[in-house]
Amino acid sequence: MPTTEPELRPLGVDGILVRFARRLTSQANKSALDFRDRMQAADIAGITEVASSLVSVRVGFDPDVTTRQEVAQAIKAVLAVHETTVAGPKRLWRIPVAFGPAYAPQLEEAAALAGLTPAQAIAEIEAAIVRVMAIGFAPGQPYLGMLPDHWDIPRQSSLTESLPPGALITAVRQLIIWAADAPTGWRHIGQTAFRVYLPETSQPFAFTAGDAVQFHAVSDSAFRDIQGNNDTNGGATCEVLR
Amino acid sequence: MPQLTVHSAGPGVTVQDLGRPGWKAQGLSTGGAADPLALLEAAALLGSDPAQAVIEMMGFGGVFRLDAGTRIALTGAKMQADIDGEPITPNATHFLPAGATLTIGGAKQGVFGYFACAGGIITKPVMDSRATHLTAGIGKRLQAGDMLPIGEDPDRMRPPQKLTPEDRFSGGVIRVMPGPQTDFFAPATLALFAKTSFLRSPRGNRQGIRLDHEGGGFSTEGGLNQVSDLIVPGDIQMTGDGVPYVLLAECQTIGGYPRIGSVIPRDLPKIAQAAPGTKIRFQFLTVEEADATATSQGQTLRALEKMCQPMVRDPHDIADLLRYQLISGATRGDDLERP
Repeated sequence: MPTTEPELRPLGVDGILVRFARRLTSQANKSALDFRDRMQAADIAGITEVASSLVSVRVGFDPDVTTRQEVAQAIKAVLAVHETTVAGPKRLWRIPVAFGPAYAPQLEEAAALAGLTPAQAIAEIEAAIVRVMAIGFAPGQPYLGMLPDHWDIPRQSSLTESLPPGALITAVRQLIIWAADAPTGWRHIGQTAFRVYLPETSQPFAFTAGDAVQFHAVSDSAFRDIQGNNDTNGGATCEVLR
Repeated sequence: MPQLTVHSAGPGVTVQDLGRPGWKAQGLSTGGAADPLALLEAAALLGSDPAQAVIEMMGFGGVFRLDAGTRIALTGAKMQADIDGEPITPNATHFLPAGATLTIGGAKQGVFGYFACAGGIITKPVMDSRATHLTAGIGKRLQAGDMLPIGEDPDRMRPPQKLTPEDRFSGGVIRVMPGPQTDFFAPATLALFAKTSFLRSPRGNRQGIRLDHEGGGFSTEGGLNQVSDLIVPGDIQMTGDGVPYVLLAECQTIGGYPRIGSVIPRDLPKIAQAAPGTKIRFQFLTVEEADATATSQGQTLRALEKMCQPMVRDPHDIADLLRYQLISGATRGDDLERP
């Protein structure tokens, strides 16, 4: 049972957002992914989209076929059913990261905001096994979480105009492997050579929501070797767990 | 297969269609034309499939030639255009002969202009769409030397059509519906937002446009710690310093900045087509009022088809009248009876 009732809110003239919490928690993320699966399985007429995010799911509908009221009722019916138990992650990714100053311009600043030294920050990131909580903003880009409480650091108020692809960035207890050509308010704390989106391949998206990810530090020179090696995706390995 | 050759192109010229819905959960926004209404107008004029791909031109057009004659239409932003030096009107069909030069200049009104061929552009689809999605690395900006395959004109003899679209180039009052985060803003902030006069900033592209105004920003309590959530085009996002951006077709799928509301799809073309400096104000609708404005693309297309009129050229408007063979076309008068 979720601790609070999910909120239903309009999101466009053809959509309802079902929001499970106003703060990111692992439980709210689990509820959202679980609701997404059950809503998709319910296969309701006039529903055009069931897309999940960190703590919410957008249910899109065709106003020519159904109405907001009917869709809201269908959502409530699915929510009334007890949640299934979600098993652990299906896959574990291990991804190398360079944390040298040239590759991590804001590591010191982010670590200070979390009350840590840079070395402590790196150790905590290496120790964390984070989950792909959502994919978005840019194609295939994962929102990974959650880091311990003291990583609840805000975004910067001014935007960083651009970041190299594969940048490891952080805010609000999460990590992102950056894949967008856009400004961001998240802080740049490391660099991977991992590509989350390979549009030219038959499987364009590396991650699936629910995957586990663990990062490990490599030296700057080892990182440059990884960058020069096209045989692997950024030196990452992917272990199938179940 | 007929080819369209790009002899020159402005910096924002891309192939677009109605986009690629259904990939939001993988982080790929629908994309497609920044002003989808212009694609429906072109389809209504040409009698073509609205799903066909066209050329979108942000701010400035280019020089194009075809190796097979086809009907064309220019919709969206009003851009100076001519065929071999003879000016052509927007929102009307024209015949572009093989080898003739179509020159499209800068936008005089609006931002996004569209050049549609009757048979559509038939480049290879990616994930069921031909739309260039620059932030997702699908397709690229067109440049001189590019050649694009186009479909045969299915109905070359269809009589020329014209259309007088509703003005959508002058900004004005834009209708907004509440979204999931509207109540994160204090009532006083919402009231101030609805009273404020904005100017379309020079900063803008297919992802979104920035709005400038006098006075402070529009912020929420704890706005910078907010959990990232799903976005739809039309959302009005407040960045860190409370500056509004209206998100367009190629926006990101998830974002963490608070969104005060969402421009209804019916009014979004007015945002896309507002040139820098255009005045904009926002009016909040209730959810019920907003839902009542929802119109499917099919309904819009049928309404536009009804608005199309046959184009009759007034000889007075033909600058080079004497160049035309006005009398040698005389016949014996029995053409229609002959087999």
